[in-house]
Amino acid sequence: MKEIRIHGRGGQGSVTAAELLAIAAFEDGLYSQAFPSFGVERRGAPVMAFVRLSDQKIRLRSQVYDPDYVIVQDATLIEAVNVAGGLKPDGMIIVNTEHKPEDLHLETEALVRTIDATRIALDIIGKPIMNTVMLGAFAGVSREVTADSIKHAVRDRFPGAAGEKNADAVQHAYDRMVVS
Amino acid sequence: MTGKLKSGRQVVEGSYAVAHAAAMCRPDVISAYPITPQTHIVEDLSQFVADGVIDSKYVNVESEFSALSALVGASAAGARTYSATTSQGLALMHEVLFNAAGMRLPIVMTIVNRSMSAPINIWNDHQDSMAERDTGWIQLYIEDAQELVDATAQAYMIAEDPDVSLPVMVCMDGFILSHVFEPVDLLDQKAVDEFLPQFLPVRVLDPENPESFGMFVDPEYYMDFRYLVEQAMDASRSKIVDAARKFESIFGRYYGDLIDTYHTDGAEIILVAMGSLVGTLRDVVDDLREKGVSVGLLKIRAFRPFPIDEIKKVVADAKVVVVLDKNISLGTGEGAVTTEIKAGMYNSDISVPVIGFVIGLGGRDIPVTTVQRIVEKAENVIRNGITAESEFVDLKHSHIRV
Repeated sequence: MKEIRIHGRGGQGSVTAAELLAIAAFEDGLYSQAFPSFGVERRGAPVMAFVRLSDQKIRLRSQVYDPDYVIVQDATLIEAVNVAGGLKPDGMIIVNTEHKPEDLHLETEALVRTIDATRIALDIIGKPIMNTVMLGAFAGVSREVTADSIKHAVRDRFPGAAGEKNADAVQHAYDRMVVS
Repeated sequence: MTGKLKSGRQVVEGSYAVAHAAAMCRPDVISAYPITPQTHIVEDLSQFVADGVIDSKYVNVESEFSALSALVGASAAGARTYSATTSQGLALMHEVLFNAAGMRLPIVMTIVNRSMSAPINIWNDHQDSMAERDTGWIQLYIEDAQELVDATAQAYMIAEDPDVSLPVMVCMDGFILSHVFEPVDLLDQKAVDEFLPQFLPVRVLDPENPESFGMFVDPEYYMDFRYLVEQAMDASRSKIVDAARKFESIFGRYYGDLIDTYHTDGAEIILVAMGSLVGTLRDVVDDLREKGVSVGLLKIRAFRPFPIDEIKKVVADAKVVVVLDKNISLGTGEGAVTTEIKAGMYNSDISVPVIGFVIGLGGRDIPVTTVQRIVEKAENVIRNGITAESEFVDLKHSHIRV
């Protein structure tokens, strides 16, 4: 089983990202489970969402304490939240920032990857909503899900032009992360 | 018709899954008032009705008291009825709960379990529905989104059986199940129609043949009416089994009868729990069994009627029973499940120690490590006997402890 923790701020679509990831993984033939950290949602406040992926039925219902992957939607959270807390040493943390991994000074043995997802979102979607971009990046670096399934889930959730733009952004982020 | 119901196997939110399942049971009347974390169920159902994809009358009301009161009237008139609520909303229904059961109305209601104020807290525990355990409602506690879907259909079969004719609460953990996205086989309308017979009420309000429900009765009659409700509760035991087995024959899914067991044969330690915690415990049991710990799991599906005979059979040869209660019966020092298991075994020849743990109140998370520590305490009871009959698990603020 792989466990993923998504950090974001209220309004950045972290819970939606978790749901879309669960839907995409299911389409890839996996069992999946996505749930929010059940906070009182407020715009701008730190929020978490969790995803589990497995080839067997998922029965565990606790929060995720030792994630295999961490997705950080907003690098300003690094000062407020221990985003790498519990991250497995052989795991990976993916941060939305224009900075390089070594400039983040994260306390973790895990691999740190960065992507300027907000820039990609602005360029392709036209809005600074980076959650689908981060999913594309996650698919690229982890290979736990396919970009096609993420795009399908995104198009299904956001019908029409918005879905197409988001799907393009997913592919762009995937391509950038998978080759680098 | 603008909307459309999802179908087949897909990843959906637990709240959608239960709303969809309720819709497939073709309720004639739905009445509910939104309250966190139950709101998504009500929103989904009202959307189904607004879109014309289900043929139900949705009665908008100004409170939970009115929601259940509306269903009492509708059910007495012969309608199949549905509602959902939680916590303070359920408490506001308290008076009507007794009426629904006393009038023998087979209302089905989803309880999205949440703590009770004060202090105000919107998160999960079982305090809300456990506080209603003496109202005459059958109570089922559910482990995951799929069982929730399937138990909703089973609930109508149990409630509407002429030998039962009692209301049923289908209890699901707030947020943990109401807000989870996971794969669910959504119910197929034709299959549900095959499973669930048409509702034929035992008694109906009918102007052509006037009868009264819930009349004033003096001491000459009241006690006997209460006895009849207890008899109906008892009759529901075999109907809960029948519903689970008939459901399995059509849909191929089964979750146990009044209880379910997991590796309990020969187990020295038996964990007892209800609701979504059972899933976590299954993982812990597998893990500890690999390490040689003799531990099993007993899931209580039906808390009302209380399955004491089934529990006794499972725990008779164990060395310790460990009850995890997501509620506290204040003034007894322990959760209600612990008390009832101990009481149920008292006049029997079973003398297995029972220890209780109050756990997960108000949304306090229950990590695997916490359960492992509890099992270590159980091992200590086997070695050294009971030192504490009950305790609160994972208290954080140590200065409050005496």
